[in-house]
Amino acid sequence: MIKWWKIAAVILILYTLVWGMLAPVPKLNILYETIRNLFYHVPIWFAMIFQMGYSVVFAIRHLSKNDLRSDIISNQAAQTGLFFALPGLLTGCMWAKFTWGTWWTFEDPKLNGVAIAILIYLAYFILRSSIDDELKRARIAAVYNIFAFVMMFVFIMILPRLTDSLHPGNGGNPAFGKYDLDNDMRMVFYPAVIGWVLLSLWILDVKKRLAILTHKKNEE
Amino acid sequence: MKNKIILILASLLIPFFGIAQEATVEPQMADTFRSEGKIYVVIAVISIIFICLISYLIYIDMKLRKLEKNN
Repeated sequence: MIKWWKIAAVILILYTLVWGMLAPVPKLNILYETIRNLFYHVPIWFAMIFQMGYSVVFAIRHLSKNDLRSDIISNQAAQTGLFFALPGLLTGCMWAKFTWGTWWTFEDPKLNGVAIAILIYLAYFILRSSIDDELKRARIAAVYNIFAFVMMFVFIMILPRLTDSLHPGNGGNPAFGKYDLDNDMRMVFYPAVIGWVLLSLWILDVKKRLAILTHKKNEE
Repeated sequence: MKNKIILILASLLIPFFGIAQEATVEPQMADTFRSEGKIYVVIAVISIIFICLISYLIYIDMKLRKLEKNN
């Protein structure tokens, strides 16, 4: 009775875990084999951005329909997204240490942007917990959520492209061009992105159902 | 005598051949590591961890479904 997209998530990630280690990759200086991190580090961030997008969609839905269910989903999606930022940051630090030579650098606008985006979303949870009235909380949180998503998008997708960055695809040139990603890598990278996004949806599904159940229990 | 001088001069060039070879060395990749270095064991370990985590997620999912039915 497991839904098909949950099975797809497992198969896709399992495939990328195995083939990501064995697939031929371009031989590049400095990076060496760490280029394989692209199959694991980047999809985690895609999942995080996807969850934040999911959260803002349900925030807007709440504002138009005024239902508490959308608010619960919006809150849970933001939590799931923030959770995915943790392995994203840790793997990024690891990769940076062995290629750029440092765990963290304030020279890179993408790193700074991510740090600010995380702080913005932490403020979202503080805002939520500071309001007791359910409907009022839902409404204010939804409005703040829209602001948070736009700021996150500006900080991690737009600003790094306007200045020089150590990340590929920033400083003016688009990412995943023929210099970053060849066809062998695409065969692993795209399934990995879909797999991790689906897995994040699964975690959200469990969290959401639990939250709705708890909400019902509290109302009785 | 002339041959000897040429030989000595030529021998002076040997280090340069060495340098020329070093310059064309490719980036270090774990090529042999993959074929002989038991990388398959690592892949198996990663897969087992992932499958365990997913099994746990499935277990939680099932439990939650039971709770939802009871309500």
